[in-house]
Amino acid sequence: MFESTELNRRNETRQKLFRIGLGTMTGILILPVVLIMSTLIYKGAPVISFEFLFTGPTKGMTAGGIFPALLGTILLVVVALLASVPLGIAAAIYLSEYASDNWFTRAINLAIINLAGVPSIVHALFGVGAFVIFFKFGTSILAASLTLAIMTLPVVIVATRESLQAVPMAFREACWNMGATRWQTIRRVVLPNAVTGILTGVILEVSRTSGETAPIMFTGAAFFLPLLPQGVLDQTMALSLHLFVVSTQVPNMPEQLPFGVALVLISMVLLMNSLSIALRMYLRGKKKW
Amino acid sequence: MQEQAGNMAIRTQKLNLWYGTFQALFDVDLDIKQGIITSMIGPSGCGKSTFLRSVNRINERLGYVRITGTIDVMGENIYDPEVELIQVRKQIGMVFQRPNPLPISIRENVLFGHHIHNAGRKTSKSEDDDIVEDALKTVLLWDKVKDKLDKKATALSLEEQQKLCIARLLPVKPGVLLMDEPCSALDPKGTEAVEELIWELRGQYTILIVTHNMAQARRASEECIFMLMGKVVEHTETGQMFVTPQHKETSDYIEGRYG
Repeated sequence: MFESTELNRRNETRQKLFRIGLGTMTGILILPVVLIMSTLIYKGAPVISFEFLFTGPTKGMTAGGIFPALLGTILLVVVALLASVPLGIAAAIYLSEYASDNWFTRAINLAIINLAGVPSIVHALFGVGAFVIFFKFGTSILAASLTLAIMTLPVVIVATRESLQAVPMAFREACWNMGATRWQTIRRVVLPNAVTGILTGVILEVSRTSGETAPIMFTGAAFFLPLLPQGVLDQTMALSLHLFVVSTQVPNMPEQLPFGVALVLISMVLLMNSLSIALRMYLRGKKKW
Repeated sequence: MQEQAGNMAIRTQKLNLWYGTFQALFDVDLDIKQGIITSMIGPSGCGKSTFLRSVNRINERLGYVRITGTIDVMGENIYDPEVELIQVRKQIGMVFQRPNPLPISIRENVLFGHHIHNAGRKTSKSEDDDIVEDALKTVLLWDKVKDKLDKKATALSLEEQQKLCIARLLPVKPGVLLMDEPCSALDPKGTEAVEELIWELRGQYTILIVTHNMAQARRASEECIFMLMGKVVEHTETGQMFVTPQHKETSDYIEGRYG
């Protein structure tokens, strides 16, 4: 009565096959990550030192450190954030809390999605046209950061809007029914509960921004500068472009140096991502509903 | 006339309401007396919740709602263009089916309404303390939560959450409390406790309570309104409604032949 039939056995074999097959696929998926990281650490770690991080390049960039590029990347990201975060959060609050659902807001949403899909080199050309030439910022940190800001704006808007919409409607109703205005509701209830998601979005934006090369290439990042930038209207070096330069543009480059640069860049990104995950876990643990 | 209007907390005349092209309320004329508990019963979709939600103008949020007729609360037409919505909401508190305390501390929940209506004036801590104690004592919750006022309100049991949701309406001194099936998310013990509380509040507030539970309407209200298909069928003293209903639809519903 309970012994297995031919069909049971066939199903069992098939089930095993799929489990192994799907498992292998997953394994292949993480392979590139593991390979990239291990190669970078194996080849790049030996060149990393305090001196590498905190001095400038020497001997036609074949020796010395990466400090101007590291500082430049941080500057570019910070200025980009100053522009995109307030704008993005404000837009998301409007779209999620005030705007009614009509053709106009739907068109805005479509525009945001499309903005996210624009290739970065196109953003770069837009940046040249708009910020470098039209607004006369020249090739500068300001122009490059604003280009980055526009490129990452959709990320901030979408992340913020989603975390706003994750706040239960019942909270808003509770507030409105006590006679709170929309702004009081947003300020006292919606935003405090959405801040986790917003922060996560912002940090992810940081990690993405810091690795971008194309948008800053024509708008403000330089191959090599002997001096550190003195203000936002100066050009700067940047890690991502520096990596491109030392990998392909300079003859007689010691083999390990580009790996060192890449390792620093990817560590920055990973650090930001882990920070974002840790923050989310910490804040999620604190809230309950 | 003036005198009579004074006794009525809520008076509607020829109230019609449409959701888009669907008419949910038909010529509703109701006089709901001040200071008593009135329950509204009727099958799902009969318009009782819709009626409740038009009394504090929360229906308006849905852009496609259209209303004709008048709703007077305490003798004033709340749909008058001169009327400030914030004041309407302040005067008319609402309790929902699902307890919806805000994800902040118990104390802050009670003070929320008080603070938003006193923006600009910093209230003193002792004043706040008195308000919290008063409100929580009124809803019979003080003894249970007085030692954990700074704990998250969302950690309370559903029954306590619902009591808190009633408590937080009180500091702004509303005249009318609307309750939309306030016990349907609670277990029998919680239901009993909340009903007891509602009964306690009788006299101080005009309470209009929508319920699916006929036993509850019978136990916990003084007057009862039976609605069917968007119309008021009967509005009498609760005891009379359940003993000698005047209409066949009412008796059929009360006896459970449909609903």
